[in-house]
Amino acid sequence: MAADRAAQAQGVRIGMPAAKAEAMMTGLALRPFDAAGDGQALERLAIWICERFAPIVAVDGRDGIVIDSTGADHLHGGEAAMLDTLVTRLAAAGITARAAIADNRATAYALARYRADPCLVAPPGHGSAILAPLPVEALRLPGETAGALRDLGFQTVGDCLAQPRAPLVKRFGETFGRRLGQAAGWLAEPITPLSPPETVSALRNFAEPIGAAETIARYVGKLVVTLCADLERKSLGVRRLDLICRRVDNRNEAVRVTTARPVRDVGRLTRLLCDKIETIAPGFGIETMSLVATLAEPLAPEQKLAPLADAIHPDVDSLIDTLANRVGEERLYRLAPVESDVPERAVRRVPALAPETGQSWRMDWPRPSRLLGRPEPIETMALLPDHPPAFFTWRGVRRRVRVADGPERIFGEWWKRDAELAAVRDYFHVEDEGGERFWIFRSGNGEDQVTGSQRWFLHGLFA
Amino acid sequence: MSPEAAIESLRARIQAIESGNRHEKSTLPFGVASLDSKLPEGGLALGALHEIAGGGSGAGDGPAAALFAAGIAARTKGKVLWCLSRPDLFAPALAQAGLHPDRVIYVEARNDKTVLACMEEGLAHGGPAVVVAEVARLSMVASRRLNLAAEKTGCLAIALRRWSRAKDAAEFGQPTAAATRWKITALPSAPLPTPGIGRPRWRVELLRCRGGETAVHELEACDAKGRLALPSHLADGSAAARTGRPKRRASG
Repeated sequence: MAADRAAQAQGVRIGMPAAKAEAMMTGLALRPFDAAGDGQALERLAIWICERFAPIVAVDGRDGIVIDSTGADHLHGGEAAMLDTLVTRLAAAGITARAAIADNRATAYALARYRADPCLVAPPGHGSAILAPLPVEALRLPGETAGALRDLGFQTVGDCLAQPRAPLVKRFGETFGRRLGQAAGWLAEPITPLSPPETVSALRNFAEPIGAAETIARYVGKLVVTLCADLERKSLGVRRLDLICRRVDNRNEAVRVTTARPVRDVGRLTRLLCDKIETIAPGFGIETMSLVATLAEPLAPEQKLAPLADAIHPDVDSLIDTLANRVGEERLYRLAPVESDVPERAVRRVPALAPETGQSWRMDWPRPSRLLGRPEPIETMALLPDHPPAFFTWRGVRRRVRVADGPERIFGEWWKRDAELAAVRDYFHVEDEGGERFWIFRSGNGEDQVTGSQRWFLHGLFA
Repeated sequence: MSPEAAIESLRARIQAIESGNRHEKSTLPFGVASLDSKLPEGGLALGALHEIAGGGSGAGDGPAAALFAAGIAARTKGKVLWCLSRPDLFAPALAQAGLHPDRVIYVEARNDKTVLACMEEGLAHGGPAVVVAEVARLSMVASRRLNLAAEKTGCLAIALRRWSRAKDAAEFGQPTAAATRWKITALPSAPLPTPGIGRPRWRVELLRCRGGETAVHELEACDAKGRLALPSHLADGSAAARTGRPKRRASG
């Protein structure tokens, strides 16, 4: 059995029979051991670390995670800071963790379990001496081997390392020999990295660095084909796609494209990426290109309807994506009606591919085709309280009002802002002698100062 | 062969050469006989670029030109791509000209160059039925590219010219590859027998037309379905209403 810190303070020990522990301590919560559940949780944790800290991560045994932090620690402010962040974050999630960094995997394993409290960074080039004072169990030996070593008087790793290897290996087997070699650092121990299962990616290494835009475009095309085949197997479509070009000087150039709906079309994705090739600075050349679908959504194959009865309108989805990647997604929109009488609030931007509502604005009052960003003050001569002006001057031009319509009174929306409680605007639709039409309003009802400043503004231009 | 027949056959040959890569030749009539008769094939050619500008003192903003374009777009079917760099278009007015908000997709580009690039993208794609772009400058090269892109897919391309400086306005005189060039100027509306404002009236000038002649029309502005109309002279002759001071209309 395992035990947490509170239980250990009461005298419960790891490996103690459950009945004995219950007798020692009241209120002890016992949970059955769930190997599969623990393994899955550990894997989830490893994927989280992979996404957050370092790209090469694997589950190590039943209780550990091994991370290759080479080239990733500087992103977190150095090795010590990275371990600190990692352990703090895990603690915040309710996980008590110990972590160590060393030159090789075996040393890091031993230090994390027997020396770290809670973090330890071994000095680079530490050699096997740092392991010498640790117990023989730190070598990751099968249970009976450690017991047998202790019976023969080997208490620490240092004892084993000091003896000639050949007789020891003959006595305790190949595994023991390999572990010793790994601890001493002359036997490599690669990590098989765990990859987040949902990420679909394609990678290409080049024997000779590439740099020309045409070459990049060609290989983008090839990568997209690979990626799309992979996506199709998983019934996924891309929403966000990252192209990462690793240059020979070890710098990354990245291109990101997004789509409004999941896409798995080779031509379309290639087109989107190739539009952005000009933003890649190849420098002395690109040696690795990888394409990662960082955001993918389910996309089931669907049957296209045959154009039997009426001509189908071509799909504008691909056009939307092309334009969105050119000018930015927020600059591509449809305008939808809002239930508001205040003109500047009557229009709301919705995404270009938002579902069509069929709603429109009310048609009972004419609206100008150009609305000024903010109403411009005009000088007028008008009879109060509710006559349209006879003259007005806008942008230095004096115009005589020939005919007018109004007022259309619009009340402030007091449920939105307190200041609008009494506010009123009286809109007039006026035509000058040349036939040009304007939308002007008076702030206030013409009588009461509470309702507005009683000044006149021009708000829009009619056709 | 009589001279007329010879000219006809020559015309047909020229047309065959010109429309070598045209998607599909069709037109969008205005439904106003006097206007359609001035246009070759009796309507606004689809798959071609058309230029529209505002006239009069409001030329810079061209509210009438925008509504004229909206009226044309309203009479087509399918999506409308509207590329602009100054977002001051008021969508309820377009809806009142018959262009439903669900149909219009706006692209807000940073400058004229991007507006034209987006327009070409839309035309080359062929998905939208109409692509409108609000631009100040339109060079010969740019207009030819747009025209070719429109010809390939059969989209209706409308360049809505608007400018903020007099220098740009002078550039409107330069030739472009557009099939037609229009100038829309507001006219005083017909006086009503009662106080109030009547249906707006425009002077629709066809300044240039490939394979056709120029013309000037006085028309009533778009109705709720985007249709223009000949002015009804019913209200004419009411001298009192014309000279009378505008009075308040009992409404509101």
